[in-house]
Amino acid sequence: MSGTVIEVEGLTKRYGDNDAVAGIDLSVPRGEVFSFLGPNGAGKTTTVEILEGFRTRTGGSARVLGRDPGTAGADWRARIGIVWQKETMVPKLPVRDVVRHFAGYYPLAHDPDEVVEMVGLAEKAKAMPDSLSGGQRRRLDVALGIIGRPELLFLDEPTTGFDPRARREFWELIQGLAREGTTIVLTTHYLEEAEFLADRVCVIAAGRIRALDTPASLGGRASAQATVAWSEEGARREVRTEEPTRTVAELSARFPGEIPELSVHRPTLEEIYLGMIEDAHVPEETAV
Amino acid sequence: MSTPTTETTAVPRTEGTVADIPRGRPVGALRIGLSRGWMEIRSFGREWESVVFTFSLPTLILIMFAAIFDGMFDMGMPAVDYYLPGIIAMGLMSVSFQTLGTAIAAERDHGALRRVRGTPMPPSSYFIGKTVLIMFLASGQLILLLGVAALFFDASLPTDASSWATIVWVFALGTVGCALLGIAVSSLARSAQAASAVVVVPFLVLQFTSGIFVPVMALPDWVLTGASLFPLLWMAQGMRAGFFPDAMAEMERNGAWDLHMVAIALGAWCVVGLVVTLATFRWKTRKDG
Repeated sequence: MSGTVIEVEGLTKRYGDNDAVAGIDLSVPRGEVFSFLGPNGAGKTTTVEILEGFRTRTGGSARVLGRDPGTAGADWRARIGIVWQKETMVPKLPVRDVVRHFAGYYPLAHDPDEVVEMVGLAEKAKAMPDSLSGGQRRRLDVALGIIGRPELLFLDEPTTGFDPRARREFWELIQGLAREGTTIVLTTHYLEEAEFLADRVCVIAAGRIRALDTPASLGGRASAQATVAWSEEGARREVRTEEPTRTVAELSARFPGEIPELSVHRPTLEEIYLGMIEDAHVPEETAV
Repeated sequence: MSTPTTETTAVPRTEGTVADIPRGRPVGALRIGLSRGWMEIRSFGREWESVVFTFSLPTLILIMFAAIFDGMFDMGMPAVDYYLPGIIAMGLMSVSFQTLGTAIAAERDHGALRRVRGTPMPPSSYFIGKTVLIMFLASGQLILLLGVAALFFDASLPTDASSWATIVWVFALGTVGCALLGIAVSSLARSAQAASAVVVVPFLVLQFTSGIFVPVMALPDWVLTGASLFPLLWMAQGMRAGFFPDAMAEMERNGAWDLHMVAIALGAWCVVGLVVTLATFRWKTRKDG
């Protein structure tokens, strides 16, 4: 079995004059939690839906679990799980019956009751889906995404609208799946979600990859320049440097006592991220 | 956190734990289709609005016509007998054309179709499920109308086998044709809300032009010519052939039951409906590219 689950080269998707995806190359090894991070309309969902075999691509090549997602069939779909971004209607049946029904589609399904338990809906097993809260409804989506015991799970903005505690519980659920060896592709516009869950983060804006790295070293964070700032002769001075310690030592020699209003600042992940996507505002409508 | 299976306990992330389990063959299309059929029947029972309005409307109309119109006009028979065949045809079109046209548009608009396309369900299973649902609803509709007519209004139902044979084949051909037409129409609608207009308005027009409420004899020729392009007129004519005494044939447009024409028209709608459905059915909305 190949160690690469997703292999994409030069992927493009064009709507009219708009390149929703403007040439993406990436490769995801088995067992990785891979996150697409970007603003609305960046091309995340379009890219992921091409990989899910839902949308057609305009150009480039894509291999998912060794197959072209545009033409792969039922046996391939049995190996993936999808949690869609948009609200997706479920049959009007109690939660456990809905999960049980979808379990019947897969040759290697989990026990439906265990999955209901696993996503934290055991108390709601007999409730109708339209009586669930937004967060519970999303858990049902996740239950249906994982019921077939997928090798590869797509999660498209799974925690939008969650309160902080629900989000934290959800993250633990995803980590549990990752520990079982499930490869996970997560799209999110929450930085902390990508930072918490992902092995690698792919920042995407205006249909292009802006950065692709581990959360810790994203955008050269580890070695990024620091900004040393202080006040001198009534004005604010700033120096960007890779050696802030040396700068501070020099300043220390120049001033008799305290360096006035000294600050040393390294960019946070958020600042790096915002810098990456700054020049890439695109209309909301491509986010669908 | 507990893990869901006994064979995959919490292990460190290694080369494809989940991938190493043999998956076997995909689940068969018929099995998933029948499972969907059962699921559709169960969830239809949960939709009270559609049960009450869509499903029981023809029965309500039959009750009103049988009670109010009885003896009001010279129909040559009690009102219940006179209206029963046409209302059965209308009821069958309601549970097939109207139910599918609106339900599939809603499923498309609200992502239910997108969801099943993300599973290993073969496309044919979806249609097998719909077939099971429609046959269930159509049989229920027929039994309900016959039961109400016979029990409460003492309708005289056919007693010979050949009349019932006519009723059965008109039932089957008409329901299938209307169901396919409903699936095709669902693809025309841009949204779930638009679907109810696209479905209900033409259906209402057909009810008044196909000899359901207004006798065929009373309708202008051009109206009948227009209505004869659609299945409802032929279903009603076929049902009358089954339920009415043979002498009533002279009240028809050509003074005869013309069952061969009924069969040709309904058969043609099955073929056309199937072709149009296969050519236009979309799992996505127009926005999904």
